[in-house]
Amino acid sequence: MRILLTYSFSSFANYIHHLLAELITNPMLLHVTEMVILGVSLIAFLVVLCFFLGYMERKVAAFMEIRLGPNRVGPKGSMQIVADTLKLLLKEGLTPDSADKFLFNLAPVIMVIASMMVIAPIAFAKDFQLYDINIGVLYVSAVSSLGVIGILMAGWSSNNKYSLLGAMRSGAQIVSYELSVGLSLISIVVLSGSLSLGDIVRSQENGWWIIKGHIPVMISFVIFVIASTAEINRAPFDMAEAEQELTGGFHTEYAGMKFAMFLLSEYINLFMVSAIAATLFLGGWMPFHIGGLDGFNHIMDFIPSSVWFFSKTFLIIFIIMQFRWTFPRLRVDQLLTLEWKYLLPISMINVILVTIMAIMGWHF
Amino acid sequence: MRGLIEDDYVTEEGEFVINIGPQHPSTHGVLHLKVWLDGETVKKVQPHLGFIHRSIEKMSESLSYRNFIFATSRMDYLAAHINNEACALTVEKGLQLEVPDRAKYIRTILAELTRLQSHLLWWGCTGLDLGAVTPFFYAFREREFIMEIMEETCGARLTQNFMVPGGVMYDIHPNFQKRTKEVLTQIKGKFQEYDDIMTGNVIFENRTKGVGFLSKEDAISYGVTGPTARASGVSCDIRKLIPYSAYNQVQFDEILGTGGDCYARYMIRMHEMKQSVSIIEQLIDNIPEGDFQTKTKNVIKLPKGEFYQRVETPRGELGVFIVSDGAASPYRIKYRSPGFSNLSALPLMAKGGKIGDLVAIMSTIDLVIPDIDR
Repeated sequence: MRILLTYSFSSFANYIHHLLAELITNPMLLHVTEMVILGVSLIAFLVVLCFFLGYMERKVAAFMEIRLGPNRVGPKGSMQIVADTLKLLLKEGLTPDSADKFLFNLAPVIMVIASMMVIAPIAFAKDFQLYDINIGVLYVSAVSSLGVIGILMAGWSSNNKYSLLGAMRSGAQIVSYELSVGLSLISIVVLSGSLSLGDIVRSQENGWWIIKGHIPVMISFVIFVIASTAEINRAPFDMAEAEQELTGGFHTEYAGMKFAMFLLSEYINLFMVSAIAATLFLGGWMPFHIGGLDGFNHIMDFIPSSVWFFSKTFLIIFIIMQFRWTFPRLRVDQLLTLEWKYLLPISMINVILVTIMAIMGWHF
Repeated sequence: MRGLIEDDYVTEEGEFVINIGPQHPSTHGVLHLKVWLDGETVKKVQPHLGFIHRSIEKMSESLSYRNFIFATSRMDYLAAHINNEACALTVEKGLQLEVPDRAKYIRTILAELTRLQSHLLWWGCTGLDLGAVTPFFYAFREREFIMEIMEETCGARLTQNFMVPGGVMYDIHPNFQKRTKEVLTQIKGKFQEYDDIMTGNVIFENRTKGVGFLSKEDAISYGVTGPTARASGVSCDIRKLIPYSAYNQVQFDEILGTGGDCYARYMIRMHEMKQSVSIIEQLIDNIPEGDFQTKTKNVIKLPKGEFYQRVETPRGELGVFIVSDGAASPYRIKYRSPGFSNLSALPLMAKGGKIGDLVAIMSTIDLVIPDIDR
């Protein structure tokens, strides 16, 4: 029992490291091997996670829509998504004749790479972080906006009018909402005084920022969730897809595995955005602590840190999924109005409030 | 990017030409809209028809007066009852046939149930067109119960073919009254749920208020009818103006709006559903005993002349015009379908809006493409 509670991922990582060090003597080669193992296991983790998110989305949708959802393949339909993936793998990967073939095939890859890169600075559990970059927040906001290049590339290279319109919408949308996302992130940076995600998590030991930071941080949190829903192109902000207007938007011409890669990147993005929101506002892997109540804090420590992280992340994922199955889609001009007339001014004032709060030390 | 400079891609004025349909998620069938765009703004819309033309009018000229009615179920497939009723009424007008009261009541109840299910489907599809998928399932949950009543009484769910000259084809099923009342109770409880998920939503109001304006004058001059015209303030409910079947026996309001926009059209239909429930409630317990059909000759022959009958379908005014030369089949048949006239006002409404508005307008004028093309 004692061993289980103090179990840390670092001991496991060290074990692997020593094992490999005995086998491979060349330090450079050892480093490369470790990186490859890490990369492959991460990609495998993300793909399995996307299977789960796909299944979850179908079940949440079914729950909202008084249906049963997938319930035939595997126990409770859990293998349905695997079957669908196999189907997509076996389909012919069509490339339209008039498309720019190089860009057309490159776009889905860029989308997936851009969304997977965000994983690096995220702390999944205590002592389990791939790379605690000292500019973690900056890195996250920079890399997460790379995805738009993939969307624009897909829309332009398809040589399809619907795709082009979808890509243009998406470009305008992501560039706009990036601002609000950035400003919400800044409010936490101001409070915690660090850009490193590891430090931000550690700064929440006596309470999560959403509780410690009073109303301004709550506003930041709400803005972050809204703006990042828009940034990852999910309904009600799915202007780039907009099935009823543009049939499939930027991925109208894609089929088979290339289409599946867009789906993959969508779900990875969903997870990443929720993970970042959980890390910054809800304390990441940090258990629910109340400053001064040692007994209570001790009980909370018994719950493993990875459970804390994933339950917070999935709570936010669940909220974002509920948006999709409840709201109608915004119109493209209303989408930009919402950002430039409401979210951006509010978040600007909010940052000033948070700064004043941080300087005066009004937060807990 | 060879295609970009071709004429059909971008016009000389720099307008982007895009073909919406005939295969498109929001055209509800095979309507083709050629749209000229300036960025996202719609400059011009040109509907192209004919993808589902089955020449029902011409076909009817070689069918007997008993048979041609069945082809009309395939026109506006969401209002098959009402189409059939219109044809049956026209033939009865020609024969100067008196229909038993029981048949009139059954016809009216079934017509209102049809209107209810048609509006429910429209409500679900409006949600779907605006990007909300969930309302569709809510609407289909209630619609399914109505379809079951249809199935039990008429033997079919969509193309019922239940109305015949002289009355209805069979008597109602013994369960009919009980089940209809059950369904009404259920639907009345759900209206609040519909309002909760769609009507009061901020995004929904933004998408529909002030969008696709149609003035009263334009509505009249384009021949727009039904809820679409009533939203612009045109009083055109045939059930009220020229009552047929049992509509003179019931109390109901003609819902008139003033907005003329998508939101007004939406609200009109939402209120009409409540009116339909009230009409059925007034009739369902009072179905008179007696025959359900007046016996007609095996071969119906209309006297020489022209006969016209109008009815109110969920989409507007359906007119049936029969020219008879005294033979066993009509000399010429013309349907004035509501969808065709309503669609003709679409270019006017959509001009200057965004692509998203075009979709919202199409869904609130409630197009059924087989009704337009026939």
